[in-house]
Amino acid sequence: MMDATAAITVKLNGEERSVAADSTAAAAVDAWRQDAAAPYVVSVNGAHIPRERLAATALRAGDEVEILTLRQGG
Amino acid sequence: MAETDEPLRIAGRELGSRLLLGTSRYPSPAALAACIEQAQPGFLTVSVRRAGTGGNGFYELLQETGLPLVPNTAGCRTAKEACVTASMARELLDTNWVKLELIGDDETQAPDPFALVEAAAQLLREDYVVLAYCTEDLALCMRLAELGCHAIMPWAAPIGSGQGLTQPERLALLRQRLPGEVLVVDAGLGRPSDAAAAMELGYDAVLLNTAVAQAREPAPMAAAFRAATDAGRRAWRAGIMPRHSMAQPSTLAPDIPVDQYASSSSSSS
Repeated sequence: MMDATAAITVKLNGEERSVAADSTAAAAVDAWRQDAAAPYVVSVNGAHIPRERLAATALRAGDEVEILTLRQGG
Repeated sequence: MAETDEPLRIAGRELGSRLLLGTSRYPSPAALAACIEQAQPGFLTVSVRRAGTGGNGFYELLQETGLPLVPNTAGCRTAKEACVTASMARELLDTNWVKLELIGDDETQAPDPFALVEAAAQLLREDYVVLAYCTEDLALCMRLAELGCHAIMPWAAPIGSGQGLTQPERLALLRQRLPGEVLVVDAGLGRPSDAAAAMELGYDAVLLNTAVAQAREPAPMAAAFRAATDAGRRAWRAGIMPRHSMAQPSTLAPDIPVDQYASSSSSSS
């Protein structure tokens, strides 16, 4: 049985973060985001995870989550 | 003077201008907004990168312009990375347009033609509108056209270098060999005269960023690029006289009787 209180370490935009072992990508991203109004998109381990699948995407130790937004560009 | 030009169309969408503008490296958000106002660009390019701690101001500023936003794949080195970035941009901006950039060399930011063709083929299969940033190599540009890229965008010189049109003959050859394609000079322009020169070659548009953003006074420079782009376009449409190796005296040419001006095909200047 997985202990729901256990923590795993994942990377969020390059920073190591400790999250609950049963975290979904949606939960981890919501905890990380600071501006609720800013648009964002998410990838896990280099693959785009569409918004509607974030809540169903379980995180595993070592996963690399990238939270991207609109930035300046040429 | 009655002079009607066709609007620039890419993938069936009519754009408001033949000057396209990047949104990076401006001294302030206010400077960017002022440049957008002066340049009246047909679209703005943006990137999709890590969210920071900043607020939502940039997005709001761009939305207020009402202009189309085209995401780029800056920083991508492989076709897979570029396709993922395009997919994320599609969700973020609700657009299937992408300025496809694949970098093959960090020092020069030279486009990687091999990864570019691979990524373009994949994205076109997935119904993207692909604007391909590329070198001025003829065979590469013809290949991108065969694939169905919606705009082919050769560099004038390395990104941000301000060198202007380093290979004007090769750019002219592209126009000659790809008469039906949307051709855009993207990257390396430094002066308004560079934009005019690109348009005089018959290019459909120019895409620039640093030349405006890093000018001492960006907004007046944006206005200068606006005027130069229009001037080059009008010159191309008007038909530029051929070069001659020898003098063609104008004053010493025989006078054309005034009543024959209308029927005369040659003219003295």
